[in-house]
Amino acid sequence: MRRIYINEDYCIGCRLCEIYCLVQHSHSQKIIKAYKEELPRPLARVLVEEQGYLSFALQCRHCEDAPCIEACITGAIGRDSNTGAVLCDENRCVGCWMCIMICPFGVINMNTEGKKVASKCDLCYGEEEPVCVKNCPNEALVYEER
Amino acid sequence: MALSLLCSEFVVERDEQKCIACQVCVRQCTNDVHTYDPENDQVTSDNSPCIGCHRCVTLCPTQAITISRNPLYFKENANWTPLAIRNVFKQAETGGVLLSGMGNDRPYPVYWDHILLNASQVTNPSIDPLREPMELRTYIGRKPDRLQIDSGKEPRLATRLSPQLVLETPILFSAMSYGSISYNACLSLARTAQQVGTFYNTGEGGLHPTLYQYGQSTIAQVASGRFGVHPEYLDTVAAIEIKIGQGAKPGIGGHLPGEKVNEEISYTRMIPTGTDALSPAPHHDIYSIEDLRQLIYALKEAICYEKPVGVKIAAVHNVAPIASGIVRAGADFVSIDGFRGGTGAAPTVIRDNVGIPIELALAAVDARLREEGIRHKASILAAGGIRNSADVIKAIALGADAVYIGTAALVALGCHLCQKCYTGKCNWGIATQDPYLTKRLNPNIGTRRLANLLRAWSLELKEMLGGMGINAIESLRGNREQLRGIGLTDTELKILGIKAAGEAW
Repeated sequence: MRRIYINEDYCIGCRLCEIYCLVQHSHSQKIIKAYKEELPRPLARVLVEEQGYLSFALQCRHCEDAPCIEACITGAIGRDSNTGAVLCDENRCVGCWMCIMICPFGVINMNTEGKKVASKCDLCYGEEEPVCVKNCPNEALVYEER
Repeated sequence: MALSLLCSEFVVERDEQKCIACQVCVRQCTNDVHTYDPENDQVTSDNSPCIGCHRCVTLCPTQAITISRNPLYFKENANWTPLAIRNVFKQAETGGVLLSGMGNDRPYPVYWDHILLNASQVTNPSIDPLREPMELRTYIGRKPDRLQIDSGKEPRLATRLSPQLVLETPILFSAMSYGSISYNACLSLARTAQQVGTFYNTGEGGLHPTLYQYGQSTIAQVASGRFGVHPEYLDTVAAIEIKIGQGAKPGIGGHLPGEKVNEEISYTRMIPTGTDALSPAPHHDIYSIEDLRQLIYALKEAICYEKPVGVKIAAVHNVAPIASGIVRAGADFVSIDGFRGGTGAAPTVIRDNVGIPIELALAAVDARLREEGIRHKASILAAGGIRNSADVIKAIALGADAVYIGTAALVALGCHLCQKCYTGKCNWGIATQDPYLTKRLNPNIGTRRLANLLRAWSLELKEMLGGMGINAIESLRGNREQLRGIGLTDTELKILGIKAAGEAW
């Protein structure tokens, strides 16, 4: 399957991936509105890790043997048969956070606004290319089959 | 500390309605212009450290930032311009020599913009480069006085030809050292040169071992500091260039500050880490054309006469006789760098006042070598202020074999000509060695952009050639009948060797 790969040599730590991810997962999908009017602010599903001059953007790896799918008690987390992405059905998620406990990459977040649900990368379901990849100014993120 | 009298050069304007306080600008600016205040979730900007590089403007996801010139009014004075006043303020505060990066930015005449090209009408057909072959291939090196052919059963060339560089387009990348620019910038230049079929120049920075694979697209410089010169360096590359002078700072040496000499640069230049890399103003073994000849032939011996050896000089008043001496000393090509040529660092007063424009220098050198009957003995590479394909074609019609582009290449890589290369804080990851900044230049993107630039210019060159009814760049070289001057004095026209617009053949 096509996955997001990171080239940390060229990650410049600008965090534009986080910004565009947040906008993509907002109600309005408009950058200024998402930041200024949608309160509480939507969550980004990618996080830039930084230490010294090293940085990279980390989001769900969509593991082949995804432990979160095993751990999910309601079957909310499953694999999309078309794209192979690991997705969370927020209607079935009960917010038990087992997926967060077991995720080896720490890329699932708690969304506690409204109904508690696990918030994770969905590879921008329906988009040609995830927005973090599309908007990375230095092509440090690529979406490809390897 | 006493109050500085310098007011900010730029104004950073932030549209609060658009700013989402995402802090991209805060993270990208190395001059600490932008600051985030978490208490009121707001980003504010301090105008004074802004250098106008546009990094924040380019990366801002909501286009909330714009940079403008500080409109601060100084009492009108044609003599004491704001720049003159500011420079006195700076020197009164620091007591130092003012430094600048990039090329001469003063409003001297740009002769390219006073030269017009010809086109075919009725009496000679123009050529459509999309339908008919059009030749941009260029050979750099010494050409034979005459060709002898053995006309036996199978005729063959009896004359032994001098080594030549083959260029698929008459554009090379100027000398920019690893040290003055980042490794990623060097890698982008090297890869593009190999991909397109042209050459890049190491400057006086030596050649990093990981760039040896691009050796056949590399011109190695041997300059006054002799940094990084060793047998493998000379063996790996395609040609050697002895650097005597640089257009941005004729008569001046170079100085790479110790802070930039990290482990990799120290290894490449063969100097201790953290020490200043000082290139003396003259070569301490060259005080005459005869001395230069010794170095040219020492290098030719070292490479078994298998590669061209050239000499680079700055365009100065006496450039034509000097170039003649260089050709007679045995150089296979002469690179002439005009006063608009760029630099990583030069005293501003030198950059802005020393040397002459490449257009005049090139015309003078070409004319002189022709008069003396030695033009074929060396190729001429013109450098310093080539901005587009029209400048390239005008340079070739004035007598250049090919041109070097430096600033144009850096602009393709993202340079915004803020002229602060000497600070080592290049926000675009070009003129810096800071690992946090160098990764901003992804060599994959850099290579793509440089190759695009050369492709675009080459297509335009073919269109212009076709319009003139010429199907090979070789036929345009020194063909000054294709040029006409506009708005020039008789003396300027005479030096350029061209007629005024309106004069027929």
